[in-house]
Amino acid sequence: VTLTNTVTGRVPLSKDGRMADELYKKVRILCWVMTGPSNLEKKTRHVKSTWSRHCNIVIFMSSVDDPDFPTVGLGTKEGRDQLYWKTIKAFHYVYEHHINEADWFLKADDDTYVIVDNLRLVLANHTPEEPVYFGRRFKPYVKQGYMSGGAGYVLSKEALRRFVGGFKTNVCTHTSSTEDLEMGRCMEKVGVLAGDSRDSMQRETFHPFVPEQHLTHKFPKSFWYWRYCYHPISEGPNCCSDLSVSFHYVGASQMYLMEYYTYHLRAFGYNYRYQSLSENNKILELPPCIVTGSQTICDRLKCLVVLVNILQLLVIYLSP
Amino acid sequence: MFSEGGSFVKGMLLGGLFCLVVSLLASFSPSTESGSEDHHNHHHVKAASKDELTHLSDSHIKELSNQVRVYCVIMVQPKILVYWATAAETWSKHCDKAVFYTSEQSKALEAVDLNEKDEWARLRKALKHAYDNAGDLRWFFVAQPTTFAIIENLKYLVLTKDPSQPFYLGNAMKSGELEYVAYDSGIALSYEALRRLVNIFQDEDKCPERGRALWKLSEDKQLAACLKYTGVFAENGEDAHGKGLFNSKSVETLIKDSMSDNPNNVVEGCCSDMAVTFNGMSPSQMHVMMFGVYRLRPYGHNFLDSLVFLPPEGSEND
Repeated sequence: VTLTNTVTGRVPLSKDGRMADELYKKVRILCWVMTGPSNLEKKTRHVKSTWSRHCNIVIFMSSVDDPDFPTVGLGTKEGRDQLYWKTIKAFHYVYEHHINEADWFLKADDDTYVIVDNLRLVLANHTPEEPVYFGRRFKPYVKQGYMSGGAGYVLSKEALRRFVGGFKTNVCTHTSSTEDLEMGRCMEKVGVLAGDSRDSMQRETFHPFVPEQHLTHKFPKSFWYWRYCYHPISEGPNCCSDLSVSFHYVGASQMYLMEYYTYHLRAFGYNYRYQSLSENNKILELPPCIVTGSQTICDRLKCLVVLVNILQLLVIYLSP
Repeated sequence: MFSEGGSFVKGMLLGGLFCLVVSLLASFSPSTESGSEDHHNHHHVKAASKDELTHLSDSHIKELSNQVRVYCVIMVQPKILVYWATAAETWSKHCDKAVFYTSEQSKALEAVDLNEKDEWARLRKALKHAYDNAGDLRWFFVAQPTTFAIIENLKYLVLTKDPSQPFYLGNAMKSGELEYVAYDSGIALSYEALRRLVNIFQDEDKCPERGRALWKLSEDKQLAACLKYTGVFAENGEDAHGKGLFNSKSVETLIKDSMSDNPNNVVEGCCSDMAVTFNGMSPSQMHVMMFGVYRLRPYGHNFLDSLVFLPPEGSEND
């Protein structure tokens, strides 16, 4: 049974969503959410009403088939000891049914909140043919590190192929139920690179806790987190990229709160302090003045910048 | 028996008459309060619509940017030091001028010490001080540090309003016949409203400093009563769709309420995208709101607002 996103993808937002629309077409993401029958009413339906609508395709993976929700039944039991089995079967399901419908394949929990538009930005400078996967990188046990399960991780198409191939050739097997660690071990064995998901200011984008903890909490030095993170940990405002991708341990009402903060509540006219490199690099984007003949100074300046860039390109192209 | 009944009735009549006369004199009645939706259909102030904003000329935009600057009057006390510190570290940095007014000095944080225990008297002194030190600022926002404010959205609300006209905006409530702006969700005053207010402060009959003798009214109601004498009335601040912008509850509570009331449309049914205030959030929840408002966003969605507000100097969390 093909269970794809019934909403036709794009959730309408603002005045100019062209960049987001373009990325939606160019960076196709299939999200699969790890859940179970007892969580559908209290957790998963809130995932369904919020962030998962922004995926190109979303599939809810459970131990049992539920045609109403809908969920795919993986034929496992429920419980923490089934986590890696469910992950293996879920990725195999996605490979068998949807490999050609997406470029990247994200695994998330039913208490993970993902900002899919920001995930597309992280992935935009990579191709699905690269053997790579991204998430919040942990360092112990695996030489190149592995990605936190709760914070969500995303495999390229090639990484997914190699994962499935690894199980076919027994290079990868079900060694333990620690899903994220085992995934990391398999990825290393089949030559998939652990990517760096941090933004241009080296701030993390995938987060293993809720924003409140990353922004305000002081973790005790004995807490495992300090020993696990691959990159140096920042507490306070530098903990988290403006263009963060995920948070974990997000409860039902917090899903809506995150959706409100991300896609709705804003400060009128505010010029963000952090602009990602691509937000500034719009060389060939035609500003409204050329299209509509608008007269504001802002547009005139944009026009000038574009014309200068075009002239520069022409000079480069035409010079011997 | 009859004569006792008769005196009883006479007594009741006299008492009732006395009560009526006293109520008329005092012109208040301690009846229950109702929300803005029930009674006042005629005191709303809406933010300008998208269309109104896109047809502004460049010079007009420059003028408006200047006119819409805000003087924040933040009423603090040492007993709520952690909220005082949070306001200083977060939203107040977005005021063009933020002045903290305290009941008594604290060694930890700076403020104008009004040296005044009575809350109404303190508010009066703060407002007078703000008026005297306004410089060329024309909008005033009064809040307690238990409120979180998004000043840019206050500017959005008053963008096309003339501050030389009286405006008294916020979450408008009604108590009997008196419409007032709730203190806990912030009070916005135009220069003209404040000028009239400071003027009537001098009238001890209409606007006594030590409160009304019969019932000790809360400061926000006293403020409304004084302003009413000057011809200034409370108005509910709303976005272009009519949604209230000043919230007396926390965002977490409003989301939970919306999950009950609008389970199929929780976020849209909850709060305005351009909300100005929320009340009753913990300090760490306020830090999260700071991140959510001024930093966290989805890549690729650009708002082409007619005005631009730059981030404040020397700040890291916005």
